[in-house]
Amino acid sequence: MTPGMPGMQTPPPAPSATAPQSPAPQGGTAVNISDFKFNPATLTVPAGTTVTWTNQDEEPHTVAAKDGSFHSPAMDTHATYSFTFTTPGSYDYICSIHPFMTGTVVVTK
Amino acid sequence: MSTEHDPAGMTRRQLIRHSAWFGAAVVLTVAGGEVISHIAGSADAAQTAKPALRFAQISDSHIGFNGPANPNVADTFNQAIGQINGLGFTPDFVIHTGDLTHLATPAQFDQVKQMLTDLNTPHVFTVPGEHDSTDDAGQKYRQAFGAGTRGDGWYSFDIAGVHLIGLVNTLNLKKLGHLGADQLEFIEKDVAGLPNDTPIIVFSHIPLFAMYPDWGWGTDDAAQALSYLKRFSSVTCLNGHVHQLFSKTEGNVTFYSATTTAYPLPAPGQGPAPKPMTLPAGKLHDALGIREVSYTKGQQALALKDEKLT
Repeated sequence: MTPGMPGMQTPPPAPSATAPQSPAPQGGTAVNISDFKFNPATLTVPAGTTVTWTNQDEEPHTVAAKDGSFHSPAMDTHATYSFTFTTPGSYDYICSIHPFMTGTVVVTK
Repeated sequence: MSTEHDPAGMTRRQLIRHSAWFGAAVVLTVAGGEVISHIAGSADAAQTAKPALRFAQISDSHIGFNGPANPNVADTFNQAIGQINGLGFTPDFVIHTGDLTHLATPAQFDQVKQMLTDLNTPHVFTVPGEHDSTDDAGQKYRQAFGAGTRGDGWYSFDIAGVHLIGLVNTLNLKKLGHLGADQLEFIEKDVAGLPNDTPIIVFSHIPLFAMYPDWGWGTDDAAQALSYLKRFSSVTCLNGHVHQLFSKTEGNVTFYSATTTAYPLPAPGQGPAPKPMTLPAGKLHDALGIREVSYTKGQQALALKDEKLT
């Protein structure tokens, strides 16, 4: 099998075409979903921040909080989902389609 | 107890990998492009007597997918339906083992439901895939396909002396497929009154065996469900989800993963994630297919015939 990257030919030159992706810019508000991973896996933001997830995979993914506080619909390729975190705390989430994918948003005061 | 054949076309190294994953019991015969899976010793008699039950399985149509791995999943699904209609007999029923849709939208449910009406069979049964229950715990799925089911969409029925159970293991996922306490109780009660020699067939989307847990290819509480089926002499579990053929026998239970009508996924652990594989031009149909299943009275095992999409 050729480990190609189907679905990645479209304009936005996704930074995910090569394997180990280094952590996303510190202090950002974006989470990239690529190769069935949330990147960064842990994002720290101040309360009131809107975090945006973008799916770069050919497979759909969701973002679903373990405590139920947010749950995106299925995001197809290049689709995004945003959620505004108002309450400080640590929010673990999964992709409900591929629940072995896990991530955390830490919201500070 | 278990037999292992070297499936044609599989390299020695791949075979070793298979053995390492699963430990035992792969029985696959490849003949003329078809893969015929069966329990050793059962096939000859099964071919001469008339089957009491014959049905077809299709899986993972992913209506709504439009990536390069298959730019037209509706076309290939229609071809699979046509292939079933051309089998030369009317199947007693057709089972679709989930991921009917890609994104669980109302339009995709409408489309796949409409397409399934083209099947020439008295009954179409389904179980949901995780793509059919992404964000609403399966509500839209049940609106489309849940008539006559119980709980979150599970059910059982009997045809020709065979007891068939359709399970839902794509809700409340933590890492693997999950059945849940209510459904486990349903299974226990459902089979309680059946004689031990009743053939049992179980449908689920996600495998009920640990095919590759790192990618979610297993069901966390399947052992409990299978414990209720231990006393039966013949138990066959048919699943989808993994988009490739595989079989495994554990004691009285044989598991068969089906292929897809949409696009292939990598073999377990090949690559970083179970993402759609784009095959070279002209190769896609070889990875897709349908399955015929028949049961002949007096035979312990079912006869399965997996056919590539033509």
